[in-house]
Amino acid sequence: MAETWKITLRVYRQKENQESHFDDFQMDVNPDEYVLDAVERAWAFHDRSICFRHACHHSTCGACGMRVNGVEKLTCITSIRDVTHNGATLKVEPLRNFPVVSDLAVDMGSFYRKMEAVGARPVLPVTEAEIENPPSKWDPDDSQYLRLSDCLECGLCMSACPIMATTPEYLGPAPLAAAQDQGLRRKPELLSIVDCEDGVWRCHSAFECTAVCPSFVDPGRRIMNLRTQVVDIKLRKLFGKA
Amino acid sequence: MTKPHVIIIGAGFTGVATAHDLALRGCEVTVVERGDLCNGTSGRTHGLLHSGGRYAVKDKESAVECIDENMILRKIVPQVIEPNGGLFIALDESDLAYAEQFIESCQECHIPLEELKPSQALKLEPNINPNVLVAFTIPDGTFDPLRLALAFAGTAKHYGAKFHTFTEVESLLTDGAGNIKGIKALNRASGRSEEMRADVVVNATGAWAGHITAMAGLDAPVKPTPGIMVAYNQRFVQRAINRLNAPGDGDIVLPQRRMAVVGTTSFDAEDVDYIPVVDDQIKLMLERGSELIPAIRSAKPRGIFMAARPLVGGGSGRSIARTFKCYDHKETHNVDGLVTITGGKATTLRAMAEKTADVVCAKLTITTSCVTKETPLLSYRSYYTTPN
Repeated sequence: MAETWKITLRVYRQKENQESHFDDFQMDVNPDEYVLDAVERAWAFHDRSICFRHACHHSTCGACGMRVNGVEKLTCITSIRDVTHNGATLKVEPLRNFPVVSDLAVDMGSFYRKMEAVGARPVLPVTEAEIENPPSKWDPDDSQYLRLSDCLECGLCMSACPIMATTPEYLGPAPLAAAQDQGLRRKPELLSIVDCEDGVWRCHSAFECTAVCPSFVDPGRRIMNLRTQVVDIKLRKLFGKA
Repeated sequence: MTKPHVIIIGAGFTGVATAHDLALRGCEVTVVERGDLCNGTSGRTHGLLHSGGRYAVKDKESAVECIDENMILRKIVPQVIEPNGGLFIALDESDLAYAEQFIESCQECHIPLEELKPSQALKLEPNINPNVLVAFTIPDGTFDPLRLALAFAGTAKHYGAKFHTFTEVESLLTDGAGNIKGIKALNRASGRSEEMRADVVVNATGAWAGHITAMAGLDAPVKPTPGIMVAYNQRFVQRAINRLNAPGDGDIVLPQRRMAVVGTTSFDAEDVDYIPVVDDQIKLMLERGSELIPAIRSAKPRGIFMAARPLVGGGSGRSIARTFKCYDHKETHNVDGLVTITGGKATTLRAMAEKTADVVCAKLTITTSCVTKETPLLSYRSYYTTPN
């Protein structure tokens, strides 16, 4: 028999041209279910006007990012047990730094324009993917295998980044990580996009992006590496070795 | 001359692919979706780009559709596909006995396959069950479900289609004689209802098709058939791993990003707005999945979810064909202005759209032919970056 918890699901509500508020839903949940399941159940059985985004329910599509008790989470893989306890409240809010479409759904158009501008790779050879326990030496045949890149383009890092909150023009963690993934020596046209006021130098190394990334991209480390790539290229240019 | 206006209800795979096809054929297209893209069955698909091998023995029509569409999608939308092929592996005598009809059926359905000895199979995929008796390579793949839909929707938008998400159909508008003339829909973001007129309304709501046809007083031929999927937190393989036998529960393991997804089951359901996950089925996926890849026992579940297939035709569960049906309700019920498309599989979304657009265009006396086979799709991000 599955364990049952009583929780209060506190949902951020905002409809067009109206003040925002929270609605509380008293729910019996299995703590091993995911936060997204609770939100979907609130919609299915309590209030059909709740708007939220979700698609794959297993962390491949990046649609269901929300702030859960104040922290950016991919709600489809965040178990209720991990973020609240029996008798307590579970607060869900939309991602920050994006316009709210309705309730928990945000418009991430600005983010996708940035990802497009840096040419983020959706698919890459397995031999170029940063994975746990890679073989010490790849078989040359393995380069034919492709895999979807780790970045889900879920926007959690864009919401958690303290610099994004102050400077919407800042390129942001995921786009900078996507530039690093391609490499400036391979894609020299990216240099002017990242080596500018709103590019790689705007980051203040808070590493909030890395803390919330649900998909192993580690944007913070990649931004630091991208800085060394920029410096390397500029030094080589300075000494005529470009 | 003004373009004919088509409203498509539903922005799952069928809806977005039909929007793309009709926009390319010169229609004014409006898509309405009660949630955001792919929030129903389409988003929650396993993500298997079928070679057709799974259906070759029992359901040749579906198998041929799958292999043909598999090859087309690899060309027009490589941005969302892990095109690494698949293995069918035999682990016991019953599997071996299935091999002969599997080979014959794949050949009949022009699905390319190659037989591998156990040592060859284990060299390609070291994490499959070491007791493999024989294996066959087939051109399976994996796709990202939301991005597949976004690529079709973004390209449709580029050709002029309009998308109204978080917009739920409340009723169908009629001409007094029962023919459908449009929809009344509630914008859930603003709380306002709006009437929209159309020359044809396409019901592309999949497992929910019966909700829409009921608004016109008609029965729908769809049977929602949910199944479970469990995503584990390690990838293990590059290829889709299938059990070499008649389709059954938990007999596919699919690599996707850093995960392996095991699926699925098959049972009948009526209301599929919320399908609870059943513990017994989670255990079953672990049992069956670890027969194919033993190391799954040491992996942790990362996401567990249910999706409702929209199956058409008689029978129940796995005995129902996986092909699709498009109904012009003028022909079936003498109600003009409404077309229902349902059934099918994610892999065949483009073909479903072509058939539906053919039916719609015939009603509108549009003679432009389908060009979606040859039209590469724009970036999936174009859905978000193209103004509505």
